[in-house]
Amino acid sequence: MHVLDVARWQFGITTVYHFLMVPLTIGLSLLVAGMQTAWVRTSDPRYLKMTKFWGKLLLINFAMGVVTGIVQEFQFGMAWSSYSRFVGDVFGAPLAMEGLVAFFVESTFLGLWIFGWDRLSKRAHLACAWAFSLATMASAYFILAANSWMQHPVGIVFTDGRPRLTSIWAVLGNNTVLAAFPHTIAGAFAVAATFLVGISAWHLWRKHRESAADDPDRKVWHSSLRLGTWVGVVAFAAVAISGDFQGKLMFEQQPMKMAAAEALCHSEKPAGFSVFAYGDVARPDCENVKSLTLPALLSFLAHNNFSSEVKGVQDLVPEYQAKYGANYPVDERLGELSGKPIDYVPTLPVTYWGFRLMIGFGAIAAGVGVLALWLTRRGRVPRTKWFGRLALLSIATPFLANSFGWIFTEMGRQPFVVVPNPSGVDGVWMYTAQAVSAGVTVGEVLTSLIALTLLYGGLAVVEVFLIRRYVRAGIAGVMPPVPPEGDSDDGPDDGSGSGGGSAKSDDVLAFAY
Amino acid sequence: MSLPIFWFCVIALLWLGYLFLEGFDFGVGMLLPVLGRDNTERRVMVNTIGPVWDGNEVWLLVAGGATFAAFPGWYAALFSAAYLPLTLFLVALIGRGVAFEYRGKVDTERWRRNWDRVIVAGSWIASLGIGLVLSTTVLGLPLNEHGDRVGSPLAVIRWETLLGALAVAGYALVHGAVFLTLKTEGEISDRARRLALRIAPVALLPLVGLLLLVQLREGAGWTWVSVAVVLVAAVGALLRLAKGREGQAFALLGVAVVGTVVTLFGALYPNVLPSTLDPANSLTVAATASSSYTLTVMTWVAAFGTPAVLVYQGWTYWVFRKRIGTRHIPAVHVPK
Repeated sequence: MHVLDVARWQFGITTVYHFLMVPLTIGLSLLVAGMQTAWVRTSDPRYLKMTKFWGKLLLINFAMGVVTGIVQEFQFGMAWSSYSRFVGDVFGAPLAMEGLVAFFVESTFLGLWIFGWDRLSKRAHLACAWAFSLATMASAYFILAANSWMQHPVGIVFTDGRPRLTSIWAVLGNNTVLAAFPHTIAGAFAVAATFLVGISAWHLWRKHRESAADDPDRKVWHSSLRLGTWVGVVAFAAVAISGDFQGKLMFEQQPMKMAAAEALCHSEKPAGFSVFAYGDVARPDCENVKSLTLPALLSFLAHNNFSSEVKGVQDLVPEYQAKYGANYPVDERLGELSGKPIDYVPTLPVTYWGFRLMIGFGAIAAGVGVLALWLTRRGRVPRTKWFGRLALLSIATPFLANSFGWIFTEMGRQPFVVVPNPSGVDGVWMYTAQAVSAGVTVGEVLTSLIALTLLYGGLAVVEVFLIRRYVRAGIAGVMPPVPPEGDSDDGPDDGSGSGGGSAKSDDVLAFAY
Repeated sequence: MSLPIFWFCVIALLWLGYLFLEGFDFGVGMLLPVLGRDNTERRVMVNTIGPVWDGNEVWLLVAGGATFAAFPGWYAALFSAAYLPLTLFLVALIGRGVAFEYRGKVDTERWRRNWDRVIVAGSWIASLGIGLVLSTTVLGLPLNEHGDRVGSPLAVIRWETLLGALAVAGYALVHGAVFLTLKTEGEISDRARRLALRIAPVALLPLVGLLLLVQLREGAGWTWVSVAVVLVAAVGALLRLAKGREGQAFALLGVAVVGTVVTLFGALYPNVLPSTLDPANSLTVAATASSSYTLTVMTWVAAFGTPAVLVYQGWTYWVFRKRIGTRHIPAVHVPK
């Protein structure tokens, strides 16, 4: 076992886990801010209930995203110190900006929003919701700009063996991030939309089966469902369009990644898109692989026409060797890889299946959304037994699509951690094997890998337990019942404080932990 | 002043903000079972920091990010060398962060008791851990010529850095007690005041010890002034607290943090992380700094960002300025 392998597993586990929370946080934050805006503008209590219910689920999830994010920032230095030294001049800046511009806003205004229900005016309180939700988007932009720079380094010169930043605007305006950001944000909204649809469809279905008419919160679930389905329609369309755009860019910037996405061994002209393969995809020579293929589609995905050539793995390897060298440099810190030949082919089963699972789960999620839209048209609620279960199960699909997308794109750039830019500055690339901390022992990284994995596993159980509990309880779980004599207050829109509804007269806090 | 020196000061300032702000929320967490005798009292305590602890923590994240951006070599060497303490620190921070949010979400004694344990342990470990890391960067490490740690994973644990760990934890304890005196009312506030006065002479000793150690080993002449400021401010804080002026006491503890940070970073300069093996391997402000373009960009971001942060975080403290007592705590309402 080597530090490199353990550190990669740790980065993979912690990052995939972190990115289970993040898209839900980003998508749901903005949708909750929208719900609260609807309430402030219309005073319709339905929107207050929506804000409270979805807001509570948001907070349960938000906390996990925040704490697992700290690990992300620390582990660059802890486990990847050689990487940090190499790229620090460029990569540190977007990270620091994320902290200074996004995290401060996010954490501060989230606190104001949680505790500020009776301390702030309605409008100021609403502004806090918008502040933290927009900050989550800003945060996504900065970290994607940093990631995109690793995928496609720009805005630099190469001096003394290290890239030096020459234009922050080139880094923030990298065409890679301009493609990755819409794709990621659309993916986040797809997650939030499916979450809304799944849970509200389940609620409607459950109440409907028990008693058709007397659910006071029926309107809440119905509005949530409609909101979710329409956001979903837009989000899934945006995911597909931005994904296509990003794919075409990747064919240019990282041809090996895209050849690996297809497990395309030999160049083809025109190239077909493999829908499903059986046999041993792992072999770069494609012996033993049979594949169900749509003719010429890959040429379209790569170059927008049905005739051009797409390069295969076996033709790309010699090109990469010619450009970036056939062997690792001789350096004791590379351990047993020192001076050895470089394997330029990513792990093909991971990239091939990762790419298909990303698209597949995304398509299932979108399909379920369309189905839900149809089944609930004009206020209908299906009675069939499977509907409730299917609604809840579908929530998992966009999460899986997001995870597989990231696994694909990060595994697909191996063996590089900083991928060379084909039209960029010469010399700026780094192999993952060179990036790991030189002074750190296997024992240390293994300790943190085990500790964090166990901790994350335990916390996942707790989070799912809490979300389930709050989902089942519905609106009653987040809003105390109005006291029976309580018509002394002024009308239905006065839910404003409502955390402490039972005792408005004294100074009881509207919300407290 | 050159850009690298300016950024060295900015990072000191971020540490200052972090120690002052998260210091008291660590303290509140550490004192949870001591000052909170029942669930309502513990809820009072948690709610004094509820709206702000997360914003306080971001000061550390930004200090880390700014170190990465401005001094990549410093960030890389320190974080990889202190691998195990930082892992423990991260586990503690994760635990206590989740605990604040989740402790009130299920209405059973057992649930709350477990999360309370996480808060207490997390606050202790995190404050000890960050003290260890801070004193490590000031007192140095066995570094080779690449800036990598030589020797065992526990090289960062020495009696000097353990003193640093106790210094931050002890300070957090007193700072938290004074904060609770200031932010709560009635019985809890009195209890917090008595506790602060009783423990301070012992709890602040490690801090004084650390400052003297650093000053004698690496200090410049002028940093004696900041050491003196810490001593005077700490004594002043206790005297004001005894007189019932907890606001002034809290502010004076802030002055003590200023003196502490000035002493530590003043003694550290021109290094950012000394090598205990060979002074030639020491990482310096000049040698680890990013290019002047990067630092210029960061300066512009900080010039607009930092005042904004101070304004809106200040506003948060203003919004939640009222003292909290048991009478303010609403009934528990969670799903059954």
